[in-house]
Amino acid sequence: MNRTYDAIVIGAGHNGLTSAAYLAKSGLDVLVVEKNDYIGGAAVSRELHEGWLYSNCSYVCSLLRQSIHRDLDLTRHGLMIVPYNGTTNFSRTGDYIAEYPDHDMQYREIRRHSLRDADAVHRYEADLMRYARLIRHFLLRTPADPTSFKPRDLGELVFMAKKFAGMGEEQVLEFIRFMTMSAGDYLDEYFENDLVKTLFSTSSIIGTALGVYSPGTAYVLLHHVMGDVDGAVGAWGLARGGMGAISDAIAGALKEHGGEILTEAPVAQILVRNSRATGVVLENGDEIHAGIVVSNLDPKRTFTHIMDQKDIPEDLYDKARNFKIRGSSGKVNIALTGMPDFPSLPPGHMLRNGTFQFLDSLERMERAYDDWKHGRWSADPFVEMTQSSVWDPTLAAPGHYFVSCFIQYCPAEVEGGWTPEKRDAFGDTVIDQISNYSPNFRDLIAHMEVRTPHEIENEIGLTEGNIFQGELTLDQLMFNRPFPGYSQYRGPVKGMYMCGSGTHPGGGVSSACGANAAREILLDLKRPNIVPEDDVDE
Amino acid sequence: MSEHYDAIIIGGGHNGLTCAAYLAKAGRSVLVLEAAAQLGGLGATREFAPGYRASVAHTLPQLGRQLVADLDLEGHGFRLANASLPTIALGQDGRHISIGDDSLLGVSAQDEAAYGNYRALLQRFAAALNPFWHKCPPMVGSRGVKDMATLGQFGWKLRTLGRRDMREIMRMMFLPAQDLMDEYFENPLLKAALSWDANVGSKLAPRSPNNAVLALLYRMSGDIGGDLPLPAGGVGGLIEALAASAGKHGAELRIDSAVSRVLLEDRRACGVELANGDLVSASTVVSNADPKTSFFKLLGARHLDVQFTHRINRLRTDGLVAKLHLALDGLPTITGLERPDGRMILAESMQAIENAFDRAKYGDFATQLPMEVVIPTLHDPALAPEGKHVLSALVQYAPCRVSGGWAGRREAFLEAVLNSLVRYAPAIREQVVAIELLTPEDLEAQFRVTGGHWHHAEFAIDTWWMNRPTYGASQYRTPVEGFYLCGAGAHPGGGIMGAAGANAARAILKET
Amino acid sequence: MPLQAKLQSVDSISHVETGVLHSPFHSRTSALNINQQWSVWNGFASAIYYGDALLEYFATRNACAVFDVSPMRKYRFQGVEVEAMLNRMVTRDVTAQKVDTVAYNVWCTDAGRVVDDGTLFRLANDEFMLCCADPCLDWFLLSAVGFSQVEITDISDAVASLALQGPTSCALLKAMGFDGIDHCKPFQIMRFPWNGGDIMISRTGYTGDLGYELWLDPGLAEPLWDALFEQGRVFGIQPLGDESLDMARLEAGFIAPDVDFHGALHTVELHHDHSPFELGLGWIVNFKKTHFTGRAALEREKASGNYRRLVKLDIEGNKPAENSVLYADSHCRREIGYVTSAMWSPVVKANIAYGLIEAKYADGEIWAEVYHQKELRWYRKVARCLKVSKPFWSPERAKQTPPPDC
Repeated sequence: MNRTYDAIVIGAGHNGLTSAAYLAKSGLDVLVVEKNDYIGGAAVSRELHEGWLYSNCSYVCSLLRQSIHRDLDLTRHGLMIVPYNGTTNFSRTGDYIAEYPDHDMQYREIRRHSLRDADAVHRYEADLMRYARLIRHFLLRTPADPTSFKPRDLGELVFMAKKFAGMGEEQVLEFIRFMTMSAGDYLDEYFENDLVKTLFSTSSIIGTALGVYSPGTAYVLLHHVMGDVDGAVGAWGLARGGMGAISDAIAGALKEHGGEILTEAPVAQILVRNSRATGVVLENGDEIHAGIVVSNLDPKRTFTHIMDQKDIPEDLYDKARNFKIRGSSGKVNIALTGMPDFPSLPPGHMLRNGTFQFLDSLERMERAYDDWKHGRWSADPFVEMTQSSVWDPTLAAPGHYFVSCFIQYCPAEVEGGWTPEKRDAFGDTVIDQISNYSPNFRDLIAHMEVRTPHEIENEIGLTEGNIFQGELTLDQLMFNRPFPGYSQYRGPVKGMYMCGSGTHPGGGVSSACGANAAREILLDLKRPNIVPEDDVDE
Repeated sequence: MSEHYDAIIIGGGHNGLTCAAYLAKAGRSVLVLEAAAQLGGLGATREFAPGYRASVAHTLPQLGRQLVADLDLEGHGFRLANASLPTIALGQDGRHISIGDDSLLGVSAQDEAAYGNYRALLQRFAAALNPFWHKCPPMVGSRGVKDMATLGQFGWKLRTLGRRDMREIMRMMFLPAQDLMDEYFENPLLKAALSWDANVGSKLAPRSPNNAVLALLYRMSGDIGGDLPLPAGGVGGLIEALAASAGKHGAELRIDSAVSRVLLEDRRACGVELANGDLVSASTVVSNADPKTSFFKLLGARHLDVQFTHRINRLRTDGLVAKLHLALDGLPTITGLERPDGRMILAESMQAIENAFDRAKYGDFATQLPMEVVIPTLHDPALAPEGKHVLSALVQYAPCRVSGGWAGRREAFLEAVLNSLVRYAPAIREQVVAIELLTPEDLEAQFRVTGGHWHHAEFAIDTWWMNRPTYGASQYRTPVEGFYLCGAGAHPGGGIMGAAGANAARAILKET
Repeated sequence: MPLQAKLQSVDSISHVETGVLHSPFHSRTSALNINQQWSVWNGFASAIYYGDALLEYFATRNACAVFDVSPMRKYRFQGVEVEAMLNRMVTRDVTAQKVDTVAYNVWCTDAGRVVDDGTLFRLANDEFMLCCADPCLDWFLLSAVGFSQVEITDISDAVASLALQGPTSCALLKAMGFDGIDHCKPFQIMRFPWNGGDIMISRTGYTGDLGYELWLDPGLAEPLWDALFEQGRVFGIQPLGDESLDMARLEAGFIAPDVDFHGALHTVELHHDHSPFELGLGWIVNFKKTHFTGRAALEREKASGNYRRLVKLDIEGNKPAENSVLYADSHCRREIGYVTSAMWSPVVKANIAYGLIEAKYADGEIWAEVYHQKELRWYRKVARCLKVSKPFWSPERAKQTPPPDC
């Protein structure tokens, strides 16, 4: 094989596919190379046990930009995002606290636990919504370089300043506070009841190597409520057919525009000649040439694995090495032969179909993190169990269920290294946690897949198994993502770009990183911009 | 009311005295009312055992030359006992690291080289930030010329760092101490010692993001005598000079004069009532007390708006540092150290600090407690009887409210502190003549500081600059006309620096 | 080690089975709610209308009607510092409020934006009850920070309440044995022993007509309802639902939360909330009293005069101007505001509305762009609006003591 393309995208994750789709749509000859024999990266649906389809990495969707869904005609390519709802947090006393989308049901539920908090939740939600609306303006935009005097950067800074000013002085200062605080401290300012705080705290640590009381986690919380499903900000949905349906639909759009995908084609190195990217060489030795090379791999992998150290500036190599991409999450994906009992909830109640969580205090949340700091998986883990197949009949046969369990915390490295035995012990810890609330859960398991950060790294290629391609801390967000001076999707050599979640706006199945990267590439090629603006709230 | 002053300052801590001195120097009639029998608050040098004296704050990293010159403190007896203490990272094995102004002993050549770069970078950043510690914070929505000028100057300072440094400061600012140290250094002992100043005094540990670098830069804001000067007579020496300077300019200083409340007329502060019932009137009332005390106890919520009081109430004010004073009958011997004349950091690694923090998070304390130790008597023998010594230590982490209550757990905590010391100074127990242990709760009770918190409120980006203690009071004036803040709860924060007092004085002189 | 959870049977968890909550009068209201038309108010079922909204509405103007206000949130404030605490929270002077009287109040944020409104009952020197349409406990507790001797209790479920409104309401109460009720002045409170318990009656309401609100132990709710309807038959009593109450309150000049104003604490967009001056509530902002929350901001706003105005409009034609945009000219070139509530008033025979308009257009022409439907087809017209200063409906009897015919 020795073909030449206009552009090569390394990695068929959803962002890589999005970038490629826009480049192809613009008329470029595009090839996506993927190391696995399937596409999608961490947005996949895989039949790991006969009769069950697993969303075995990412499992829910809210950040996917509606304007991209619409613009790439993803519905025609098979995508449907189904909203789901109801989160139940079980407590040790046998009670629980639940989150409902319906205002009155939510009020009644919280007032069971605290009259004050049932009321305070309105103030909390309004404050959080204000920040979410602000930040949503910036998702489908390239971060400004604050050190630059270029008109475009200055323009973006003015845009940003205007959006901030639109909140009023008081709220700007509140927002500054919020952005640097811990979720725990922030929630303490609103609520008195530990169950209520726990319910709202859980999204602050998803995928994050920090505890609920670590400064910076309030932003992570916001990162999980700034998405939407059909304009309902903060709502989450499932992709019918599993998360792979998203990747497949984008791939469908890519192919329709003439793009190609080559699987089982791991890249050994990005070729650079005279400070210009000229293509890639695969691990099998094949060379493929293109004037544009886009990496969907995480920044650490991109600059320390598939680029030659001599091709990049020394400080960039150091930045990549110091890039924080910590593994802190595990997945346990389970095929069930029946609906497990949760004696606290009556059969048939709407909450039975929702997401289950099993920690009931901020202290337990924080202690789960303490274990991770010591290089152990949490003995009393945070588990978010999504009953995907209840909402999506395509995932399992009638009467059978697929549940996706997301776990904080699980370290990338354990003492003596990960072994299959340790991995299974981790899986047992998770099942034990669930079994505390569901006595027959274990008996219904037909098959389960346990993934520690070790498996996630090896199979998907996310360094340390970090689900966001890099921690969502302020030193790695906006114009700092992935590194200061490299936040506009351009790499260190001409023709080389980044399009993964390691770039702005960060992790989650958003397609925004890929779309933003495509916009920059088209700009450099002096082609008309075809990447849509975001559907903003006004 | 028989007496009237231009300004009454509630609290004779170093910021109150600084504010008083500046106001008096500008010709205002000033009365300082201190509740305790001694001026100085946490900076006072007190006799904690017969013949042995120490101050809760024990070094002066942040003191500025400007203050010393403006108030002619040297003319009023202020002098340094030592221009700068080296920081010594104590190793349990007796192998120590000495960190001086521009020397680093006991580490690899690689760490030594990295230290040079690290220190130069921090110094550039500190220099950029320095002017702002000594300025009234701006307001973002203001159209005031001064506010816009301050914001403009801030932007300019960032820009003139150069593109590379500007990018780096905007990234580095948010790093936890641990990541920062890991980016530069190898040696765990060195990293622990260098991370110490990033977290001491607040509810933060090496792994806590966002606030570490700001704290480091704040600690580097002083420019007198180098990094870590130690005044003669303990920090109380500085207090005496401030008091003398204020007094010379005509300020009246009264001790044993607790203020029970601030008096208002037409919603304007007009004086104070003392605990003994005396009334004193004034055009301006300035509080050196912490924000919670100032607004809730001295002023009263009824004179303030609901959200404002909520913002004061939500300030995180639980201190986490205990203070230990040991009266020793001789100079302690520290394994492997010739002379314990530096500031010694007792923490073998950042993980050890983090472990101690983890216990404190849940209202408990660790058995191995990291600490910072100074023996001030080596620099100023007058603080103890001849041949005797004082050991002064900041111990982390001691929760303000320990589970079970301090009354029942004091002994166990002291035991843990002494055990932690003994690992480095095996014979120290035999040398102890007397002990003073001040938990945050003790500091709160004895020094009237809410939560026993050094900074009066957490020193963190969320409580910084325009948000310190909160907008509406971040420019020293408060929602109540005539009532000002001048303490550590105002910008820039705690530490013996006097900037809050001086900035407040400037704001008052401009506005009244 | 994972913690061993105790599994609990669903029977002991209250909320799953309860669903919509029922007020103490529910057995009676549901029996009368022929079409089972309910809205949900603070988690409780509240009748939208019973049989015929117009008929019920006319009962408040012509005879008498009862509205179940039990879902309203009621809070008890007790303690030595309670007067000071409330006085600093609300805009009126609480120190001037006498025991056994009621005062309509608003409370604002520091920026002088309305958090909510409600009625404050002074039950004793150091005891108050505050009633508001939406939960407000969070704000009350924030407002109590810094006051050591204030106890705030949500007594919503411990007190059943019923509004009895209309010209025959006084006569009915008298007939029921509440002697002396005719001497109860507007905003006054009286207490009566009844059926082995106590009933507190206040001369208050949300209809602008003669009327009372009855406050009682939930155990007395059903007997009271039965007695009212038994005795009330000859006084033309009717049950009243949300729809008819909404008509009555609009005619009476009362504003409704989440309709005419958006509570400041729940407002996301800048300036989508309101000051009391905007809402025409300047008359309850008392700058003569001691400090209260929002005072400084409100003083500035009043001095500037630069605030929107919620105005009462009489609109030409007979098509209610619901959701209309308002203009300064008949060509709809200059947009100046929008209608918050609108209706055809059957008693006044007028097309009435509230409009929120920008300050600088407050004294000029106002035009509404009205859309109305005829057999699914939409029609548009531009109608001239006249500003009205007095409430559309304000009968003398509402103010007289004793009321006429009683």
